[in-house]
Amino acid sequence: MFRQARWDEPLIFELSRPGRRGFIVPEIDPAIKEAVGDIKIPAKLRREKPPELPEVSEVEVIRHYTRLTQMSYGVDNGPVPLGSCTMKYNPRVAFEIAFDPRITMLHPLQDERTVQGLLEILYHLQEWLKHITGMDYCCLHPAAGAHGELAGMLLTRKYHELRGQLDKKREIIVPDSAHGTNPASASMAGFKVVEVPSDENGNIDLDALRAAVGESTAGLMITNPSTLGLFEENIEEITRIIHSVDGLLYYDGANLNGIMGYTRPGDMGFDIAHINIHKTFSSPHGGGGPGAGPICIKDRVVDPDKNIWLHDLLPGYRVVYDEEKDMYRLEGPSKHSIGLLKTFFGNVIPLVWGYVYILSLGARGLRLATEQAVLNTNYFVELIKDVRGYSIPYGPGRHRKHEVVISAEKMKDETGVTAEDVAKGLLDVGLHAPTIYFPLIVKEALMTEFTESETIENIEEYAKRLKEISQIAYTNPSKAKEWPLSTSVKRIDNVRANHPKTLAPTWRIYLRKMRKADSNV
Amino acid sequence: MNPIAGMGGRVGLKGTDGEAYEEALRRGARPVSPHRAIEFLNHVRSTDFEIIAAAGAMGEEEVLASNKKDLLRLVVGERKERTTAEDTKTAAREMVEKGTDIIVFVGGDGTARDILDAVDEEIPVLGVPSGVKMFSAVFAVNPRAAAKVLDEFLRGRTSLVEREVLDIDEEAYRRGVLRIRLYGYLKVPLPRDDLLQYMKTVSKGGEEEENKLAIARTIVEDMEPNTLYLLGPGTTVKAVADLLGIDKTLLGVDAVVNKKLVGKDLDEAGILRLLDRYSKAKIIVSPIGGQGFIFGRGNQQLSPRVIRRIGRNNIIVIATWNKIKDLPYLRVDTGDPDVDEMLRGYIKILVDYRRYIVKKIV
Repeated sequence: MFRQARWDEPLIFELSRPGRRGFIVPEIDPAIKEAVGDIKIPAKLRREKPPELPEVSEVEVIRHYTRLTQMSYGVDNGPVPLGSCTMKYNPRVAFEIAFDPRITMLHPLQDERTVQGLLEILYHLQEWLKHITGMDYCCLHPAAGAHGELAGMLLTRKYHELRGQLDKKREIIVPDSAHGTNPASASMAGFKVVEVPSDENGNIDLDALRAAVGESTAGLMITNPSTLGLFEENIEEITRIIHSVDGLLYYDGANLNGIMGYTRPGDMGFDIAHINIHKTFSSPHGGGGPGAGPICIKDRVVDPDKNIWLHDLLPGYRVVYDEEKDMYRLEGPSKHSIGLLKTFFGNVIPLVWGYVYILSLGARGLRLATEQAVLNTNYFVELIKDVRGYSIPYGPGRHRKHEVVISAEKMKDETGVTAEDVAKGLLDVGLHAPTIYFPLIVKEALMTEFTESETIENIEEYAKRLKEISQIAYTNPSKAKEWPLSTSVKRIDNVRANHPKTLAPTWRIYLRKMRKADSNV
Repeated sequence: MNPIAGMGGRVGLKGTDGEAYEEALRRGARPVSPHRAIEFLNHVRSTDFEIIAAAGAMGEEEVLASNKKDLLRLVVGERKERTTAEDTKTAAREMVEKGTDIIVFVGGDGTARDILDAVDEEIPVLGVPSGVKMFSAVFAVNPRAAAKVLDEFLRGRTSLVEREVLDIDEEAYRRGVLRIRLYGYLKVPLPRDDLLQYMKTVSKGGEEEENKLAIARTIVEDMEPNTLYLLGPGTTVKAVADLLGIDKTLLGVDAVVNKKLVGKDLDEAGILRLLDRYSKAKIIVSPIGGQGFIFGRGNQQLSPRVIRRIGRNNIIVIATWNKIKDLPYLRVDTGDPDVDEMLRGYIKILVDYRRYIVKKIV
């Protein structure tokens, strides 16, 4: 039986006692002192008073965070089938290599000659990602999926700018099943966003698309397979429509795990794609990040007179191999580049992690991972599709890829038990909930993605619990409103928890609120 | 509760306003609204509230016949044999004065109109559908759905949105002529999708007023010079005028050129005259909540002739997320089948700051 630890754990700040310390900073090595001389920090950089950091001993820090770990849940505890998140297992071999001090202790400004090994790793990763996506150039610079999207949208903008048509090209089209970050990224790049509906098969409604596309269309963003877990069957027609008005196609790689090794965005006609290393290529995320969101492009001429190509617009740094000197080096942003999107090269640790993952699995292994992930989804669909209260909207009878969206709308209408209650009922037995209430086009959505990591036993266990929840909903619905009882934190009131009055994003804001509350008493 | 609302329906009448009530009785009509009022009351789950009811057959009797009878705190108005529109207005007014937080009425368009006359937008109003004509957008889908909305309202989980009260000429309607006028707006509670707030999605525009402002800002930023803008009725369109600092007729059609008002509360002839003066023109309209009509309901001044001259490409449709999310389609009923046909097909709808969705006009 599942019972999560429940500590009355104070905040680390509340454990602080004046003068207590966890470690003593060593004196500067005499040899360094002699070489560098006295280090004087300029007055304008000095703090006037010490930072308000917690003062605690090392053992307190370890115990504090161990207890917090006991109260939390992740891939290492059990299944985390959050849809569109691809929460696969984070292999320890990759951890060991990515966190080797020979990598973690490197400095970004170090001489290239001293980091040839790391540059070789990153160079190979660039090359492999090109093969996996079917694109011509990959750039490892962006730090996350949405960061890659932003890079892609800035590329699109620059493309139209250099072609002298940015005044007309004002709109980016996104399907209504898109990730919420897609419209946000397009907006941040200064575009208007036009949302087109899905048809009952889960594909983009082509008539609606044709009606929306025109001379103002700058491009289209899409995940394929979609958040419904369905492969867009008309993708070639869609690329034709968008290219016919000189728009660019952006591939959101969040769901690459559903097609890897079987088809590639480059072959489907996409111009720009991002990859979530922290999803498809196994580096930790969801609190365990940071992520990495490389972007890849299919090259095309931007300005034939000036010989500008799309790859000239890529942001940040790329690793190039200098055959003559047999050396790897970093190439900075060129004249027409959209520039730097962050300091330095990129998030190297997850990139190395992804490198190890790809190297361990090999081409056949990656394809097998996708097969297993898709098989897991469809096995789960078979277990759940006839259970009372659930349904699987869009594309009836179609096989799902990496994920499936179940709707608990019928259950809600008939018993009052909502998708949120179902999620809490899963948590109560130690199973992580799926992504709920997304995509928005499915009411009472439970978006479920097991990935290839999950065992058949766990998938059956999950389906069994969903079946139990359905039985409880139809016999004793009030019980469903009490879940979860066995977790560290019981059910919270979302309205209160989200209310600006109760939210405290930082310790300092919390203190300020408490002081204010006290003075009101 | 309007005790006679909906009685005309089963006996083939188009309402019970005026003389029609007598006729309905002659044809053997039986009351339908008491049954619907009780169904509504019985399905409200909350019990920590109190009820003020209108006397006798206007609500008191239904509350006492329901499982909420213990919650009745106060009765307003007088018990009468025959009730009229005046009684509805008086009762509603008195309820506001007694400090009620929401008025729930059971009836149809006529009742909604009476409530609007009495309380305007002072307090939230919820309609339990029980009329023959329910063109207004202030009704829940059915009594049970209304009960759910009230529960959400009592838990503080609703947004207040303005919704159209449409006024139908019943006399003309009985002759088979549909003449619909936008009568005004009531403030209606709409359950909030608060779960969306922490989900993997961008906020859908937040509160209603902020959403309207975001739409208005996009319109104003995109306004082209020397172009005639015809602003249709409604509060969403009015937000555009507010942003321009123009005093707009809420229920009429106004015209703007270069961000200045050039015509107010125009009729068809007035609009056509303006169209002679400006070579470029655009219409800004917002669909009627719950039904999706963009032409032919409450904005007949934007006639087939006007629409034909302006052209489909110059029609700008705007709607808040709250309004658009429950509309599967947009509709038109201009009175000219050719114009309706020309308008059909997909169209972009501005729903937030620089944000559009595509829907079909059917």
